[in-house]
Amino acid sequence: MKITILYFARIKEVVNYSSEDVVLPEEVETIIALKSWLSGRGATWQKLFDGSGVVRAAINHELVDDMATFDEGDEVAFFPPVTGG
Amino acid sequence: MYLKVSVQPGDFDVGAELQQLRAATPQAGALVNFVGLVRDVSTDGQVSEMVIEHYPGMTEKALQQIAQQAMQRWPLLGIRLIHRVGSLTAQAQIVLVAATSLHRQAAFEACAFMMDYLKTEAPFWKKEVGDFGQHWVEARASDEQAKQQWKLPK
Repeated sequence: MKITILYFARIKEVVNYSSEDVVLPEEVETIIALKSWLSGRGATWQKLFDGSGVVRAAINHELVDDMATFDEGDEVAFFPPVTGG
Repeated sequence: MYLKVSVQPGDFDVGAELQQLRAATPQAGALVNFVGLVRDVSTDGQVSEMVIEHYPGMTEKALQQIAQQAMQRWPLLGIRLIHRVGSLTAQAQIVLVAATSLHRQAAFEACAFMMDYLKTEAPFWKKEVGDFGQHWVEARASDEQAKQQWKLPK
């Protein structure tokens, strides 16, 4: 399936871009599976999702946990813990 | 009930905003507000600028949801939320949270609740710039704990 992924703040700086459209293999349909799939891109991605820093996720503008599932055309976002206010 | 949420680069006039909230909720006997500011110091040194990044679309939705939760939980008459984004100078205003109610307790508690939720759920990220260079502000565990105190017993 095809989804859009957005990156924010420190994570955007690490991966070096703010958004991308990706076509995923059929079995990748949860946040945890997507993190693992992206980690396959290389050391930078692996380090990002290895659990040493907290990476929050949202699907279509709603905060979600690792087990959340997305569908074709969804917007998934990865970002660090928020620091507004 | 009156509810207005804004995410904007520009500054806001607290007096004018509170006046508008009062005018919209004339039954109010209490008006409570909080203004968050860019402090000019950090752990690394003097801060001259703060850059606030956000997630357009999600930010507005998150603030609306936080305000609606407060509305459900306390007998409020009105809420005004403003959060600035982009480049702000030291001592600039960042955020305004204001609430009106018949009596003070509801407005006091709702403002504290909304700030605690905003700090942990609304997608804003602060970067401090100063004589040390620049760094992302780290999320604080104490903010998460502050939010936990509002959890209702199941």
